[in-house]
Amino acid sequence: MTEQSTTPTTGGTYLAPGLAAPRPARDGLDQPYWDGTRRNELWVQRCKACDTYQWGPEWMCHACQSFDISWVEVDPAGIIYSWQRPHHPVHPALNDQGPYIVVLVELPEAGNIRMIGNLLGDPLQTVEIGARVEAVFEDHAAEPPYTLVQWKVW
Amino acid sequence: MNELTIKGRVAVVGIGETTYFKRGQSPDPEFKLVLKAILAACDDAGISPRAIDGFASYSNDRNMPARLANALGLPELRFSNMQWGSGGGGAAAAIGNAAAAVTAGYARCVVAYRGLAQGQFGRFGSGARSNHVSGPQAFSVPYGVMSPAQIYAMRTTRLFHDHNVSPDTLKAVALAAYHHAQANPRAVMHGRPLDAETYDSSRWITEPFRLFDCCLENDGAAAVIVMAADEARDVASTPVYPLSVQQGGPHRSGATVDNQPDYATSSFKTMVPHLYGQAGVGPSDIDVVQSYENFTGAVVMSLIEHGLATYDNVNEVLAYDNLIAPNGSLPLNTSGGNLAECYMHGLGLQIEAIRQIRGTSSNQVPGASVALANAGPMVEVASTALYGTEEALG
Repeated sequence: MTEQSTTPTTGGTYLAPGLAAPRPARDGLDQPYWDGTRRNELWVQRCKACDTYQWGPEWMCHACQSFDISWVEVDPAGIIYSWQRPHHPVHPALNDQGPYIVVLVELPEAGNIRMIGNLLGDPLQTVEIGARVEAVFEDHAAEPPYTLVQWKVW
Repeated sequence: MNELTIKGRVAVVGIGETTYFKRGQSPDPEFKLVLKAILAACDDAGISPRAIDGFASYSNDRNMPARLANALGLPELRFSNMQWGSGGGGAAAAIGNAAAAVTAGYARCVVAYRGLAQGQFGRFGSGARSNHVSGPQAFSVPYGVMSPAQIYAMRTTRLFHDHNVSPDTLKAVALAAYHHAQANPRAVMHGRPLDAETYDSSRWITEPFRLFDCCLENDGAAAVIVMAADEARDVASTPVYPLSVQQGGPHRSGATVDNQPDYATSSFKTMVPHLYGQAGVGPSDIDVVQSYENFTGAVVMSLIEHGLATYDNVNEVLAYDNLIAPNGSLPLNTSGGNLAECYMHGLGLQIEAIRQIRGTSSNQVPGASVALANAGPMVEVASTALYGTEEALG
């Protein structure tokens, strides 16, 4: 679990280039997450007052209404909570993509918060809810560059 | 009845719809479509458009009350209301907000409306074309999660997993909608029947949704006029009474990146006790159901959460024969709904429930006295309504 790939197994990016690039929110709410991905680390919110993990990021802890929220690095591993396999391209960049897999990954080590990503490997592979996955940090050479958090069965 | 409710205090007096078009094929601009739907509803009610003094809509409808009131030459505008929340989740709520305004005396004659011209404006089924994305969408769009089908598909995957729900339930919902559309000349899919083989061989949009599991994209407009019950009896031959309208979402339904604690839900669980409690009826009193199909999987969740099936028996209850009017035990989406009549963001389903209570549906359930019409399952803020005859007021 401590060993992570720092580049996608395909050598490129999982999805064809041309989709909208993520940028940190202007209000700074999610900046630590995006900074963490550049270091190949997974950072999420955790309340200093009540220790609740929180995702997506928000200015207040949903469990105790504290504004005193910290960012913590978590184990980049989880289990598949749900999935889908899009076939119909809804963006021109995906016109020649073919099917791809989206997974909703639950992080048991971080309060079962969930993250969305792609499941690397054969796009037609059988996907099992409950399967263990680990994060793969996928660098994108845009300007500014960014890193997506993808997943592969572990 | 000491509890403050709308029951018995308001009635629907008029319904109006334009011709429903395939996406991009309306000859009229969106604003003109809305005006036509409002005039049709006034004509149906037998009132002058100048009687309207309030407007309620949803989903950030582009056709604002001030412009409508000006175009219609209204003597005064007293109520101008937008339901916050996503997608078609506000279709029932807009009628509920109109009813609330009438009950409170803010206005006397309020029209709930929705207009869509996806040729003039953007498509629902396409991803955004921006170069950058920030905020919650930055955690999904770069992974190819952009369209509504992609945003909501994984809830159905999880529903199947958690409760052994059969994909055949989705097929039954789709086939029932298309069957009903064949008797409805308003329906965009009138004359285009769907059989099981065609469904089974249809392409995937995103697994677990096939083409026919997804709503249409249409142009058109629809309107519903609400007045106080005592005034309604003077103008409408068959007033239809909203028995209860609820809106909202469960605990953290607005959690981002799919972090809702209860995930495989249509968002109705917290609304339904209020719905039935204020209406004074229960699921066994419902004669006919209009259940919003953004996607068929959501209908399965919605029917369960409204007490019309259980997780244990849904595979048997959601069988095609049960869903067909007039003889099925659970007549469903009797106009063809969002799948086969028109995707007017769910307002067409509300109108079909009203039509069933009037006794004028093209797939009429004989003697229907209580009809359910929900809106926008799975979205952060959904809504749901019950309509009844005067007798159903008790």
